[in-house]
Amino acid sequence: MNLLKTRELGIVLALAALVLFTTISNPRFLSGQSIRDNLLNTAILAVMAAGQAVVVITRNIDLSVGSVLGISAFAVATMMSDHPGLPMIVAILVGLVVGAAAGLLNGVLVRYGKVPALVVTLGTLYMYRGITYSWAGGSQVNADELPPHFLNFANDNLLGVPWLVLIALVVVGGTSWVMRNYRVGRELYAMGSSPQAAELAGIKVARNLLGAFVLSGALAGLAGVLFAARFGTVDASAGTGYELNVVAAVVVGGVAVFGGSGTVWGAGLGALLLTVISSALAVLDINQFWQQAIVGALIVLAIGADRLVAVRIARSLRKRDAHV
Amino acid sequence: MSRKLASWDTAIILLTVLVLIIASLAVDNFGTSRNFTFMVLDLLPIILVALPMTFIIVTGEIDLSVASTLGLTSSLMGWFWNHGLSIETIIPLCIVIGAVAGAFNGFLITGLGLPSLAVTIGTLALYRGLALVVLGDSAVADFPFNYTGWVTGTLSWLPWLDGAVPNVLILIVVLALIFGVILHATPIGRSLYAIGANAQAAHFAGIRVARTKFWLYVVSGAVAGLVGVLWTLRYSSARADNGAGLELAVVAAVLLGGVSIFGGKGSLPGVLAGVVLLTALQNALRLEDVSGQALNIVTGALLVLSVLLPNVISSIRGNWQRRKLRQSAAS
Amino acid sequence: MAEAAALLEVHDVTKSFGAVAAVQGVSFPLYGGEAHALVGENGAGKSTIVKMLAGVHRPDTGTLRIEHTDVDFTGPADAKAAGIAVIYQEPTLFPDLSVAENIAMGNQPLTRLRQIDRPATHANAERLFQRLGVHLDPTRPARGLSIADQQLVEIAKALSSEARILIMDEPTAALSAVEVARLFAVVRSLRDEGAAILFISHRFEEITELCQRVTIMRDGKHVATELVADLTVDDMIRRMVGRDLSALFPKQEVAPGEVMLEVSGLTREGVFRDISFTVRAGEIVALAGLVGAGRSEVVQAVFGVDPYDSGTVRVRGRSLKRGSPRAAMAAGLALVPEDRRQQGLVMELSIERNVTLPRARKLARLGLLFGGAERKAALTWTQKLQTKLGSLADPVGTLSGGNQQKVVLAKWLSTSPQLLIVDEPTRGIDVGTKAEVHRLMSSLAADGLAVVMVSSELPEVLGMADRVVVLREGRVAAVLDRAEATEESVMYAAMGQGAA
Repeated sequence: MNLLKTRELGIVLALAALVLFTTISNPRFLSGQSIRDNLLNTAILAVMAAGQAVVVITRNIDLSVGSVLGISAFAVATMMSDHPGLPMIVAILVGLVVGAAAGLLNGVLVRYGKVPALVVTLGTLYMYRGITYSWAGGSQVNADELPPHFLNFANDNLLGVPWLVLIALVVVGGTSWVMRNYRVGRELYAMGSSPQAAELAGIKVARNLLGAFVLSGALAGLAGVLFAARFGTVDASAGTGYELNVVAAVVVGGVAVFGGSGTVWGAGLGALLLTVISSALAVLDINQFWQQAIVGALIVLAIGADRLVAVRIARSLRKRDAHV
Repeated sequence: MSRKLASWDTAIILLTVLVLIIASLAVDNFGTSRNFTFMVLDLLPIILVALPMTFIIVTGEIDLSVASTLGLTSSLMGWFWNHGLSIETIIPLCIVIGAVAGAFNGFLITGLGLPSLAVTIGTLALYRGLALVVLGDSAVADFPFNYTGWVTGTLSWLPWLDGAVPNVLILIVVLALIFGVILHATPIGRSLYAIGANAQAAHFAGIRVARTKFWLYVVSGAVAGLVGVLWTLRYSSARADNGAGLELAVVAAVLLGGVSIFGGKGSLPGVLAGVVLLTALQNALRLEDVSGQALNIVTGALLVLSVLLPNVISSIRGNWQRRKLRQSAAS
Repeated sequence: MAEAAALLEVHDVTKSFGAVAAVQGVSFPLYGGEAHALVGENGAGKSTIVKMLAGVHRPDTGTLRIEHTDVDFTGPADAKAAGIAVIYQEPTLFPDLSVAENIAMGNQPLTRLRQIDRPATHANAERLFQRLGVHLDPTRPARGLSIADQQLVEIAKALSSEARILIMDEPTAALSAVEVARLFAVVRSLRDEGAAILFISHRFEEITELCQRVTIMRDGKHVATELVADLTVDDMIRRMVGRDLSALFPKQEVAPGEVMLEVSGLTREGVFRDISFTVRAGEIVALAGLVGAGRSEVVQAVFGVDPYDSGTVRVRGRSLKRGSPRAAMAAGLALVPEDRRQQGLVMELSIERNVTLPRARKLARLGLLFGGAERKAALTWTQKLQTKLGSLADPVGTLSGGNQQKVVLAKWLSTSPQLLIVDEPTRGIDVGTKAEVHRLMSSLAADGLAVVMVSSELPEVLGMADRVVVLREGRVAAVLDRAEATEESVMYAAMGQGAA
């Protein structure tokens, strides 16, 4: 547990150092507008990272999230432009359902088809994107076709906090809470920690695994709605390549790719860190092209550091036992 | 190699032949020599990168950074050219840089023991990022024609084939033969399967698992570097985003060709068929004016089915055997 | 036999894996308030029975009955719900979770909001550890626990579920005498509260101490179910083995030759320390000791698959490069490892490829391998060892355990070694093959091969070895000559009760 605490502490410290350094060179980095922009930019990524973290904790991966975002964004945008009178909540529900259905197919193929998650979700990455393209053709939904209440959602506040940020906070906070304090959460950790032992312990592996993929899909679907509301213009390519950022956020956030450890809120912090880095680069007037290289270096650094810590702990535990 | 998977190799090869025949008959212009040349050029990057990728996946690892290595070498090629290096220096230099990028992957994976999936997702971002740093969003285009022309050109010393055989086909055939012989008829090939199926048992049999994997990543990087050069010359354009997303197409083709993502199983002929199948389908549908993006549905479905079908078949077979056993016990 | 109603009945169950019939038509009852021993040699089918009772495997035919009702377990959850708790031979913990969470998994105490009650979880673990008399920190992760501690956590886990039927598959293999005594006290109290216990062990003194009834299995078949009081240990062994002991271990007398292997002061921190022994040509030296004593780790360090921190390994007087199986092979060493499935064979690959794997480079011509050379080499060796197989191209996983072991032996003998290390050479193989393997080792030694044998089976050790090196907790506890080595002297040295 201490290890986990230090891991997330590491991200918080890195984040604090980055913000401090950037603010010293340009105080406007801490202005209300700048903070607001950073949080808004984090929100969509954080929502997807929460679902991805749960899947990765079970020793699986969901590469299809970018495509699920795309199909959900296009579906919801089309629906809202055809029926401008529908309330926001319907848009959100439709996005969740579309995503959940996509996630369910992933989960069924992984569990019952016994196809590795990497293969399944690589395949559905193509399939879901292909479906969106054949549906959309070359068309796109523009902001002027969407009802104002839908577009305003991205900018509206509740008690000064933008809805988008609020949703991200609820998703990340709620998922973390369940993963930490409920049986199903602990079972998901157990499944990732040792799949064989999980079967022997009588954990409902199938149900939990489907649940994890459905959650990841549903949250990607929700992210699609948020994407459409925030950017207004949606075509079939929405969210292309997002899976990379999402996995990056999760890995940087300290979730082990081999499952069993890490936290959802760590993944949320990872998403925040990645977003702040890119806006800091702009503020510091560093060539924006450095951003992706930094993200890559950060991923490598994060898994390298995790490995080093794990090796050191294993060594100290062995020594301790050797003295007994 | 189990019979089950050997039969998947055969199935995919047959399917590929079938698709080629149907497309030649049903799709206008598919069978023309001009279209053949285009197809081979489209095939080129995927097939070359798929060769070392097959080796890596057979050992149970993965390399998702290949397309970014390609982009990095393409960027550097433009940068070197702008800085006055000769093309004869640039080409080997780019291949070496690709090998260094692969060696960095290999070091992280075998030296530090990090999972290859996470490492190469990281270097996917890193190498593409460096490519952007080098060239930004600009492009370098003025490469010498004798090189760009060679890549897109056809064999001139085979007049009876009427300029239908692209020069790069020679490269593909030679490299595919080398990789195929290494994988299927040398001690190295044998050890790759053993590593992928059971790394511990391979270690116990005196196979140097880490060292072997390290060199596979070096080779993978070098080939990606070479493909970066070829890509740049083909389009006569060095850009940071060259080859973006190619890694997924390559992995999809390798898995479609019957290589197990868990390692230890698969064959190079199957992979070659997988690449040809995907490229030919894409080509035929484009000629029929079907959106290439919609083809993603077929690619994705084939990828999933390539693993799903053998599983389903073996589980049906298992159930049937068990039922037979029960019946014989009951009687 | 039916004094009381049986709590659980195994009725005529059969289970096959591919071509191998692991269990054939086995029946026996488990009574409440009774501890029931299940004995048999390795590979007799005990673990398969355990896995059927645990809901991991479904019987092909036959039924399990709990209180006269047929049950059909579709998974471990069903078995758990039926009140069965299992302690497996191999610990099945979640390394990333805390010890307390491992114990509570599946029935964590909940608060009113259905959240996990962490303080209660920890308190439960503390209480169970107190009952078992062990000191473990419930908040530490399970990763890095010693095998003995892992086994104790498993036991605590089984106790926490308050099962009516407790199945223990060699739970004591890694425990010290004090820990075993505590465990037995707890098991006795459970038994006296009416639980049925199924106890699997190779230690007969434990069986006679704890159990009332015993079921004996051989080669997957039921031999007998009797009251323990009616049988002597010799009776049990005879029925387990199915023939006299002396016939099994035909070690020939050989005049030892030059020193082939000299291990001195070999140390790996936290695993083994200061191990020294020598082996001469024509000798069979056994490494004996309890599971977890470090025997396999020592031979793996000698062969170079594992590292070591200090000490030397000399082969014919020349020191051997550490950590390089290749160097060891070049020096004439061969290691038939303990775990056939994980270390000895690549199950998906063909028999042919497995046999020739360590020698592929020697078989290649101009760097190329053509089917012919490998097939010829594989055919020669599998025939020499009389391996029963369909085709050399079949995956090695399709063979029975005994024939798989022959493939491993063929693989290493084909490298023409001068020093053969065998780790549990007859684990999980049938009696007939076992005798063949023993004959083979003996005749190889007679031809001047030096043999190091790690074995947990005392009769095998006593029958085969010229010298017995007994390890305890990573150190050499005793070196016994053939004349000195008896069941008692080896066991006492292994358990650290030399004075008793």
